[in-house]
Amino acid sequence: MSDPAATPVAAAAEAVQVRRRLPLWRLLVRDRFALVAAFWLALLVVCMAFGPELLGKAATALDLRARNTPPGSLEKGWLAVLGTDALGRSMLARLVVATRNTMAVALTAITLALLVGGLLGMIAGYVGGWSSHLIMRGADVLQSFPSLLLAVVVLYVLEPRVSNLVVVLAVTRLPVYVRVARAEVLEIRERLFVQAARALGGGRRHILRRHIAPVVAPTLLTILTVDFAVVMLAESSLSFLGIGIQPPEITWGLMVAQGRNHLAVAWWLSFLPGLAIMLAAMSANVLSSWLRTVGDPSQRWRLEAPRGER
Amino acid sequence: MAASPEQSPGDVVLRVEGLRKHFTTPGGFRRQPVVVRAVDDVSFDLARGETLGVVGESGCGKSTVARTLMRLDEPTAGRALLDGADVFAMGPRELRRARRRMQIVFQDPYASLNPRMTVEEIIAEPWDIHPEVLERRERPERVRALLESVGLRRDHAERYPHQFSGGQLQRIGVARAMALEPEVLICDEPVSALDVSVQAQVVNLLEEIQARLGIAYIFIAHDLAVVRHLSHRIAVMYLGRIVEIGPEAEISEAPRHPYTKALLSAEPRLDLDAESDAAPRQRILLGGEVPSPADPPSGCRFRTRCWKATELCAREAPPLTADPESRSRPPRLVACHFPESDAGS
Repeated sequence: MSDPAATPVAAAAEAVQVRRRLPLWRLLVRDRFALVAAFWLALLVVCMAFGPELLGKAATALDLRARNTPPGSLEKGWLAVLGTDALGRSMLARLVVATRNTMAVALTAITLALLVGGLLGMIAGYVGGWSSHLIMRGADVLQSFPSLLLAVVVLYVLEPRVSNLVVVLAVTRLPVYVRVARAEVLEIRERLFVQAARALGGGRRHILRRHIAPVVAPTLLTILTVDFAVVMLAESSLSFLGIGIQPPEITWGLMVAQGRNHLAVAWWLSFLPGLAIMLAAMSANVLSSWLRTVGDPSQRWRLEAPRGER
Repeated sequence: MAASPEQSPGDVVLRVEGLRKHFTTPGGFRRQPVVVRAVDDVSFDLARGETLGVVGESGCGKSTVARTLMRLDEPTAGRALLDGADVFAMGPRELRRARRRMQIVFQDPYASLNPRMTVEEIIAEPWDIHPEVLERRERPERVRALLESVGLRRDHAERYPHQFSGGQLQRIGVARAMALEPEVLICDEPVSALDVSVQAQVVNLLEEIQARLGIAYIFIAHDLAVVRHLSHRIAVMYLGRIVEIGPEAEISEAPRHPYTKALLSAEPRLDLDAESDAAPRQRILLGGEVPSPADPPSGCRFRTRCWKATELCAREAPPLTADPESRSRPPRLVACHFPESDAGS
């Protein structure tokens, strides 16, 4: 056989080979969108970690002389830069403080939905038989039931604690993950490399972990980032009905709901927390799509190639 | 690695008896379930270190034989004795051990390697499944040794499948199959997806591995030339059955079954000595379509396309019987009521 490096294709492969050594953070710096998204999410993490301790007082301090200050001026102090609400509380402080609750509820709920739903979907897809029927019919039932109604019933019967709220939100999002995971598995399990692994003697667990999960995971992660916003808003509806997060605790969703009364005179009360939800969801989406590309060996070069070569 | 084993005709490593694989389409409202007899009563012996070529048109059940032997599809009936132990009757644990002795190389090298794994991970996967075969710290070195033994470079281990050509990928597939040092390697059309020039390289590689390690091959292909080059014995399949099986030399010199004869005549050949003495080869064109294995003809399955078919062929299926003129042991077997003879053709 001739030297493979002599052919142009192999030479190109050689070049890719050299570039592949770039560390992850260098790749992140090269993709501006992903970089901004990562910064935004990092900021949210900081708010989550320290927000309530740093600005907890400011978020609850009333200042009736500064009620409904519009955003964009520093006259009433830097805390009022994003405006104040109907009781004169700083929007900035409230947004920062609400990060922890919002993330705690939404992130836990969708992560739970992804893990449980993904696992059930993979079992339904790979094992098949009666377990598949059981899982899929269960998903059908959940999906055909209006999720808000389900949540209302459950939270009225049980007490509206945060943990219950998280579980209810997770359960209502479950069917999407089950279905997508199952559909992907049904396709991947027939691929030849899975057959090869079976011929080598690989059991179900080996194949699911080694060959199927790595393909299913990025897809589920992408759905998760979209669900992020959906769950935050679902939580706000429940909070609005009084069975979600209970004031004086705040979340972005609850802030959107509370701002509704003053929409005509103070648009920022609902708009700013809404914007926060959107930005968080979008950043998560952008970053997950970047991760997807990085994780796929045949796509990764798109990030490694210098600009203009893409 | 094991030294080349003694090669004697009696030393059978794999004996297949009465293998059947029927696929049943689901029945429904006013719809009868249809049984497709993809493989119907196939039996053969595979000697240690020998290559058995399996040829036939697409849809004749070649690949199904391969898949059932690997238990990727469950056989409907039959036995496959690997050194006396029936692979088809094995439970999961026994089967796992048996897989170390029997491996498969697939047709499509692009699809048979996981694109998300490096070559090193791909070739080491057999040891992840059978950790007792090789200690973890010896694996990186063995991966690279295997790469070299299939004609690739050591540093290819860190690359991903998309960085290779089809021929190189098939070499990686062979290296993965060799990682467990099997005694039987089933090659399911391993070169059909490759360029002709690359085909020869992979075929030579397989030959060289056999010469070195004494592995028995079941080599499945629809390309008779490749099979004839590589095989010691050839089995010709038609519609789920073996119609003729015997030594390569006997079959290509004087085919007994009309179907074999037609297959051989369709093979393009450079007749450089045509003008000297050999009678000009006549091409036999088979009329009609291959009948559906869901509804095979009565009696001999080939009779609908055979120029020799009589009423007897429609009534009675010819059994595989020894060719009286065969010089080999075990003798060549033919399933035909009116086989060609040395004098006749």
